[in-house]
Amino acid sequence: MLKTLKKIFQIGIITEPVDAPSSPETEALGKACQAIIDAKFNGSLAIRQVDAGSCNGCELEIHALNNAFYNLERFGIHFVASPRHADLLLVTGPVSRHMEEALRIVYESTPDPKLVIAAGDCAACGGIFGESYASAGAVSNVIPVDLVIRGCPPTPMQLLTGLLSLIRS
Amino acid sequence: MGTPNILFRLLEELNNRQLLKADSSIDYCPAVDIEPIHWLAVTHMIQQYQARFAGLWVKELDNAFYVIACFYIEKNYLFVRTALHKKTPLRLPSLSCLYLASSRFERHAHDLFGIEFTGNEDSRRWTRHQAWSANQYPLRKDFPKAGYSTGKTPTDKTYPFLQATGEGVCEVPVGPIHAGIIEPGHFRFQIAGEDILYLEERLGYLHKGIEKTAEGKDISDLIHLASHVSGDCAVSYAWSACMAIESALQITAPDRALFIRAILAERERIANHLWDAAAICNDVGFAFAYYQLGRLRELWLRTNAQLFGHRLLMNCLAISGVQKDYLPESAVQVIRQELKPLEKEVGELERILNSNASLQNRLKTTGILSSDIAQAVGALGYVGKASGIDFDVRRDAPYAPYHQFKIDSPVLSEGDVAARLSIRLKEIVNSLQLIDALLKDLPAGDYQTGWKMPHRATSGIGIVESWRGELLTFVGLDSLGKISRYFPRDPSWFNWLALERLIYHDIVPDFPVCNKSINGSYSGCDL
Repeated sequence: MLKTLKKIFQIGIITEPVDAPSSPETEALGKACQAIIDAKFNGSLAIRQVDAGSCNGCELEIHALNNAFYNLERFGIHFVASPRHADLLLVTGPVSRHMEEALRIVYESTPDPKLVIAAGDCAACGGIFGESYASAGAVSNVIPVDLVIRGCPPTPMQLLTGLLSLIRS
Repeated sequence: MGTPNILFRLLEELNNRQLLKADSSIDYCPAVDIEPIHWLAVTHMIQQYQARFAGLWVKELDNAFYVIACFYIEKNYLFVRTALHKKTPLRLPSLSCLYLASSRFERHAHDLFGIEFTGNEDSRRWTRHQAWSANQYPLRKDFPKAGYSTGKTPTDKTYPFLQATGEGVCEVPVGPIHAGIIEPGHFRFQIAGEDILYLEERLGYLHKGIEKTAEGKDISDLIHLASHVSGDCAVSYAWSACMAIESALQITAPDRALFIRAILAERERIANHLWDAAAICNDVGFAFAYYQLGRLRELWLRTNAQLFGHRLLMNCLAISGVQKDYLPESAVQVIRQELKPLEKEVGELERILNSNASLQNRLKTTGILSSDIAQAVGALGYVGKASGIDFDVRRDAPYAPYHQFKIDSPVLSEGDVAARLSIRLKEIVNSLQLIDALLKDLPAGDYQTGWKMPHRATSGIGIVESWRGELLTFVGLDSLGKISRYFPRDPSWFNWLALERLIYHDIVPDFPVCNKSINGSYSGCDL
C-alpha cells in the first residue's frame, strides 16, 4: 500500500491544460464549454460511443481521452454504458451494413435533444473502405450528424477540441 | 527458413503415396498441390506429424477456386492447395474433425465464395449477416464490389444460437454494442445463476469488405489498407503484407529498413501491452494501475508521434523498406532515453500489482485456459504463452532482422488472467531490451531499395509475430501488378475460440476481465 501511495504522490497531477500554452484560445474554449455544460446539461454531458465499423484505431484514441493527461471528466464530460443515458453519440467507422440497423436503434434510443459526432475519416466519408456491398460509408448516410471530426484516427486533442466546439455552438 | 527433417519426411511420405500432383505451379513454398479427393487424407497425415493448423482461405483464378490451408510443423510452414473447377461441384470435406479451428475459416469461405465444406458440424453462416443473400458470394470475381443491396440492411435476428434448457437456465444476450468503448460483437451466454454454462460468440458485425476492397488496388495502396485492418496492429499488418509482396517479387529490403520495422513492431507491442495491462486492472476496479499504465502508454505514443509522425504508427512501412529514414542519431537518442526509465517503472508497477492481494484474488484462477485446450484451438501469442504453448514466430520461424537476435519468449503454465497479464508485462521488458539491442546494431544505409513490377501473376505469404501473436498474410498479384487477392489472418481467429472455452468454469461478472485478457481483434477477423 505504501508503494502505491508513494507512486501516486511521486507522479502528482499531470493533467494538461487543453492544447497547452501554445493555444490559450482552446483553454478559454474549454472553460467556456464548461460553463455551457454547467448551464445546459446540469454540469454533466454524457457520451455514448458507438463503433459502427471502425478498425479500432479511433477507439484507442477515444480511450486516451480518459487518461490522466487529457482527463475529459474535468469538463463534466463522461462516457456512459447505454444510449438511453446519453446526450451525445460519438460514432466511428464507416458504417458496416451489419451494424447499420444497430446504429439506427442506438440513435432512436437516445433521448432528445441529442447530438451526434462522426469521428474519424471513415465516419466522415467512408474513408479507405468507402461504400460497398458491406459498407454503408459515412455515418451521415445512416443517421443525422451534427459535427464531423476528421483524422485517421483523430488525436485525443483533435477529439477534445471538436467536442468542445460543438457544445459551444 | 530451412527445411527441417520432419517436414522433409512428411513430404517424402506424401510423395511416396502419390498424393502430390505432378504439375504444381505454386509461387510460395514449401507448398504442395493435391487433388480434392485427397484433401482430408493429406491433412490427416499432416496432423500425424504434430502440425498446427494455421488458417484456410480461397483464391479464384480463371476457371477454378483454389483452397489453401496452412500448417505449422516444427519450425516451418507448409501450404497445401487444391483446385475446385467451376464446372464441378464446389465441395470439399471439412477439416474440422481434425482441427477445431478450421470450422470458422470454412464458414467464412462458404459465405464469401460459396464453397461447401461437407461434414462441418457447424454449417451456419458466419461472416454473412443480412447484407447479402445466401446464394450470393461477394468474393467471387463476378460479384460487383458495390453489391446488390438497396435500401436498409436489417439486423440478423434469425441467427440460430445454441440454447440450453432446464430449470433455472436463462439466456443473456450481450452486444453487438457493448457497455464500454470497444468493438462490436455479440456474446450469447447460457447461464444458471451466475455460472456460465455455455458462451457462444457471434462476430462479423465489422465486416466491411476489406478483402474485396483490396482487389484491383496498387501495391502501395494495399500497404495503406493493411495498416487499417486492425488499427491497434498497424505495423504488423503492414509488415506481413510487405513481406508477402516482397517474397512474391523477390525484393530484399535493406538491413536498415528491416531494423526500423522491428523497432516499430516492438514499439507497437509495448504500447498495446501497456494499455491492455491497464485495462485488465481497470476491469476489476484497480484504478491506480489503469492510470499509471495509461500514463506510460500516453508518453510512449507521444514519442511515436514525434519520431514516426503517427501515434499508432500507421503508414510507416513501404514496399522494400519504410516510408522514410525515421532514425537519425537524434531520434536514436530520444528512444534510448525512454527505454531504461520505462523498464524501471514497469518493474515497479509489476511489484505493486503482485503484492496487491485483492487484485491477485480477482486475477488468479480466473478464466483458466488449460494447455490441452490451448493446443486444441491453436492459441497464439500471449494467450498460448500463458497456457504453456512456447511459440514465437520471431524465434521459431525467424525473419530478418530477428534471426540475428536472441528472442526471449516468456511462457507460463497457469493459463489464467494473471498469467496472461504477467506474460504481457514480461514481453514489455523483453521488447524494451530488444529495441536497445536493435539500436546498438542499427546498420547504416538505405531505407528503401529499387524494385520492379511483376510481368506475370504471382503470389506470396508474409508471417510475423504481431503483439497478438502469429499474423499471416496472403497476397495475390495479377500480371499488371494489381492486387488480385488479399487475405490477412489475424491470430484472434484462434484466440476467440479460446475465450469461448476458458469461461466455462467462471461467472458472468468475470467475463469482461477474461475478454480483456484475450483482447481478440474484431475488425481483424470480420474483415
